[in-house]
Amino acid sequence: MSENLVTLTIDGIEVKAKQGTTILEAARTVGIDIPTLCFLKEINEVGECRMCIVEVEGMRGFATSCIQKVADGMIVHTNTPAVVDARKVVLDLILSNHKIDCLKCVRSGNCELQKVSKQMNVQDIEFTGEMKHHEIDDKSPSIVRDFDKCILCGRCVATCKKVQEIGAIERSNRGFETCISTVGGKSLNDVNCTFCGQCIMNCPTGALHEKETIDEVWEKLRDPETTVIVQTAPAVRASIGEEFDMQIGTNAEGKMVAALKRLGFDKVFDTNTGADFTIMEEANEFIKRFKENDTMPMITSCCPGWVKYAEMNYPELLPHLSSCKSPHEMFGALLKSYYAEKEKIDPKNIYVVSVMPCIAKKFEGKREELSNDGMQDVDNVITTRELARMIKQANIDLAKLPDEKFDDPMGEATGAAAIFGTTGGVMEAALRTAQDVLTGKDLKEIDFEAVRGKKGIKRATVEVAGKTLKIVVASGLGNAHKIMEEIKSGKADYQFVEIMACPGGCIMGGGQSIKSAKTRLDHDVRKLRADCLYTIDEKSAIRKSHENPVLKKIYKDYLGEPLGERAHHLLHTHYVQREKYKLD
Amino acid sequence: MKTLEEIHKIREEKRKELDLRVNTEADTREKHILVCHGTGCTSSKSPDITENFRKILKEKGIDNVRVVKTGCFGLCAKGPIVIIRPEDTFYAMVTPDDCEEIINTHIVEGKTVDRLLCKDIGNKVVQSLDELSFYKKQKRIALKNCGVINPEDIDEYIAFDGYLALEKVLKEMSQDDVIKEVSDSGLRGRGGAGFPTGKKWEFAKIAQGDKKYVACNADEGDPGAFMDRSILEGDPHAIIEAMAIAAYAIGADEGYIYVRAEYPIAVQRLKIAIEQARDYGILGKNIFETDFNFDLHIRLGAGAFVCGEETALLESVEGRRGQPRIKPPFPANAGLWQKPTLINNVETYANIAQIILNGAKWYSSIGTETSKGTKVFALGGNVNNIGLVEVPMGTTLREIIFDIGGGIPGGREFKAAQTGGPSGGCIPAQYLDTPIDYESLKEIGSMMGSGGLIVMDDTKCMVSLSKFYLDFTVSESCGKCTPCRFGTKRMHEILTNLCEGKGTLEDIDKLEKLAHNIIKASICGLGQTAPNPVLSSLKYFREEFEEHAVDKKCRTQECKALAKITIDPDKCKGCGLCQRSCPVEAIKGEGREIREINQDICIKCGTCIKSCPFKAIS
Repeated sequence: MSENLVTLTIDGIEVKAKQGTTILEAARTVGIDIPTLCFLKEINEVGECRMCIVEVEGMRGFATSCIQKVADGMIVHTNTPAVVDARKVVLDLILSNHKIDCLKCVRSGNCELQKVSKQMNVQDIEFTGEMKHHEIDDKSPSIVRDFDKCILCGRCVATCKKVQEIGAIERSNRGFETCISTVGGKSLNDVNCTFCGQCIMNCPTGALHEKETIDEVWEKLRDPETTVIVQTAPAVRASIGEEFDMQIGTNAEGKMVAALKRLGFDKVFDTNTGADFTIMEEANEFIKRFKENDTMPMITSCCPGWVKYAEMNYPELLPHLSSCKSPHEMFGALLKSYYAEKEKIDPKNIYVVSVMPCIAKKFEGKREELSNDGMQDVDNVITTRELARMIKQANIDLAKLPDEKFDDPMGEATGAAAIFGTTGGVMEAALRTAQDVLTGKDLKEIDFEAVRGKKGIKRATVEVAGKTLKIVVASGLGNAHKIMEEIKSGKADYQFVEIMACPGGCIMGGGQSIKSAKTRLDHDVRKLRADCLYTIDEKSAIRKSHENPVLKKIYKDYLGEPLGERAHHLLHTHYVQREKYKLD
Repeated sequence: MKTLEEIHKIREEKRKELDLRVNTEADTREKHILVCHGTGCTSSKSPDITENFRKILKEKGIDNVRVVKTGCFGLCAKGPIVIIRPEDTFYAMVTPDDCEEIINTHIVEGKTVDRLLCKDIGNKVVQSLDELSFYKKQKRIALKNCGVINPEDIDEYIAFDGYLALEKVLKEMSQDDVIKEVSDSGLRGRGGAGFPTGKKWEFAKIAQGDKKYVACNADEGDPGAFMDRSILEGDPHAIIEAMAIAAYAIGADEGYIYVRAEYPIAVQRLKIAIEQARDYGILGKNIFETDFNFDLHIRLGAGAFVCGEETALLESVEGRRGQPRIKPPFPANAGLWQKPTLINNVETYANIAQIILNGAKWYSSIGTETSKGTKVFALGGNVNNIGLVEVPMGTTLREIIFDIGGGIPGGREFKAAQTGGPSGGCIPAQYLDTPIDYESLKEIGSMMGSGGLIVMDDTKCMVSLSKFYLDFTVSESCGKCTPCRFGTKRMHEILTNLCEGKGTLEDIDKLEKLAHNIIKASICGLGQTAPNPVLSSLKYFREEFEEHAVDKKCRTQECKALAKITIDPDKCKGCGLCQRSCPVEAIKGEGREIREINQDICIKCGTCIKSCPFKAIS
């Protein structure tokens, strides 16, 4: 037996567990599923909800199994009458202050409170009484908070504070009056929230969700005058299947395309094509800035949560951001210019819907500077979850659909674009193009392993066309904060920086399929989804953005040179300093 | 900076000078007028009294009389209190206007001002503090200097053996010696739970850490408890000395006193004391010419009850929202900034110097088998002598309430005593003769708590009282864990229903079920004890709850919704006074007719009862 294994007894079963594991984890290895609500591995291990209480012989009172570490010889009882009764009372009390409207709740079927209630066979609520009522906050374009469903587990607070290091929300007031609040109780729209949506991903109930905008999509789909074009982001295909009980990280691209066609979209295009444009522009912008040593390091700008964060927190460093629009915005701009012209459609009658793994994209979609001739580049941004809802609404069983292909002429994309959806992907794709452009060769060494993997910050030195580049890839705003402080203090000597607001990148974005705390304990969701994208890349015939034939054609026929006048007009943007707090 | 030699000299000279404070036979022509400057007396204008005394003395050119601001004497009900030493004359309820007469009669003419003397039990007029029955059964260790010295003068503290214990510890004792002495004394935490202090110190000493802290919990939050405040106001140096001793014992060099901002006088005196101790080199580097370093900081609490819970206190000191941490790890291992930290309550610290100076044997000779030493109680409620009392452990409730407290006012019956504040319970008359210690109180369904002792007479409704305590816990629950956050609220709702006549017998069962589960499932001491007042009331006064639920009756009439005010037609003379006094015109009748109350309109304010000259309304 290995030295760091301890033996304990849980409900009469002998369990061997690694030292340092919790009773909760040890119990799960032998099929004892202790209910939890506030527990979120490594993010919120606070033992506040009291659902996971157990009895440990020799310990005064109940032990908190999500925190209490196993010890040799420990005797644990997870289901004594005292534990069961107390747990029932605790759940009853939570439910007594929860707006129970499961039938119309966005999280019905994927709600941890609902699951626990079912697990504990709740049939009635015994301790009813006053319920705290709060106004719903739906002021922002991205996120809705319905406090009446909040169970005060604190997972959102921990995520915002510890993972993202934003601290937009915190517990406020005491006792029964406790609520999760922003500064001065303002709307999330008016405080330092970046709309990354990680709080939504970690909310066990329907208290936090995206601002749903699918009704407008339905309306446009029914309007014969409008050409409704949909584009889907790289990460969406790695997660949408999960909403239809497919395995985590299943590549559902073909089925998703089939479903979108059945939904009635006039054209189904791939944002990956947009990502290839982004790489063309961004790699060329990088080469230019690198050669001219102009405002180094250059930082990526395709993540709207990150951009908003930078605008609020580092206005003095905004010139470091690449001026490239994000892929779906570039693509939207091309749809309403090049494509409209080519297909002889009045761009005013084109309605572009972007399916994104992200809720910050909803905010981005409404940015004034991302428009042309008074038209927004993208008209509506919906999340992976919203698309799944539309598919279900249309009585389509995604899992049973045949695989179909994106439409021509803008449906072709490279492997480089596919990996945009995971942290390090943009960097890797840009390096692939940069080294070819610099050397003028078709280089075969295109896998940059140093920027792959789960680490939040990945620093590397890479050889590109005989030049040594110092690069760094950061995901999660807490990590972004660290890198930005390095740059601000002048200590950083990077040339190229990739930042994604969500830990793991877009595959873990705030618009993706939500996985419960328990699922995340059993599965490495990030890795499974990332593997999906890397597999797409590997299997792609073309793995470098500049080799995409669609791009070549459009540059040749319409845009001219990368960074040229037309490209600049359509594909580049600028940033604005943003106040963190809107004062009344 | 003062050298040890200089401090010894101060002690010797100052002790002689202040002999009259403790010796009625002191050989001196000086007199000291001691004016209580505790919070209670201060709010009754004792600063004006001090000022008046000084002004008049100056005007009259009297130079052998010194006016001294002291801490609390304890008998707050009779404040503001003025004591004249060395003769120990005790003047009660003095006003600033009385100063002239006291000086003319007492100081100049040498006669006592009889009208200001205090009346003891049985209306007996007493001359001196020592004669008062309030003080007779008390034993003052923690409150030793309160009311004796000027807390703002370090020399006065030094005069009465102040900082002698610290010197002894630093010069003659090892860390283990100190811990052994504290352990052997049998001292237990005075903050409420009664954990053996020596053991706590030992854990903190054993704990590994490059940095350690000592902390003082002065976040006294129980309603009606003010012993910690009085100690800080009356003898702040005792706490500084004890914390330095504790720091030496566990190997810490920095300390924090967490005191609530609602205690401005205590905070001010602590600040002065810390400054003075620094000036003398008693805080700082190389204390008493040894290599021991120690300094102290004050942190103000915003008044949240939960911050009295040690881990919530730590969170608050560190600048976060005051919420308890889950234990283990205990503060001894991971406290302030995750470093080993020793936290003791003010009263616990107040015993330390005395234990070091007089020995563990002396201390452990006081008290009961399991609870040694004395305990300070804040005596309040329906009792004549409201105030602060310090008695040996094992004193009975009867002795405290009747012998020291002077019994129940207005000739009413004793109904219950509530100890331990919102975490404690109600003790009925059958246990009046139980010797009080940690264990005995627990056995009868209450707890020592920090030492609040609230006496209730037979006009108090136990259901309403339970609701009162829940009111407190509901608003003071930090909201971190579910059972306390929602459970106390639901209990409060059930109690409100009972008080308003909307409760059922089933509700009482629900109340008990909730109570037991909140105790078991809550994270910290607040939730784990919040239901105690309800459970103990249910245990001893269940029939009152059932009366509320079934008969819709409150025997004390305290629950207004259940009260019914009626006019006894046999006693009513038809004078109409009640009718005129009624604010809602609920009383019918004209001329000399017998009056009647319309129950639908009556708001049970009771004005008519008071207005009736014939006692016809009840």
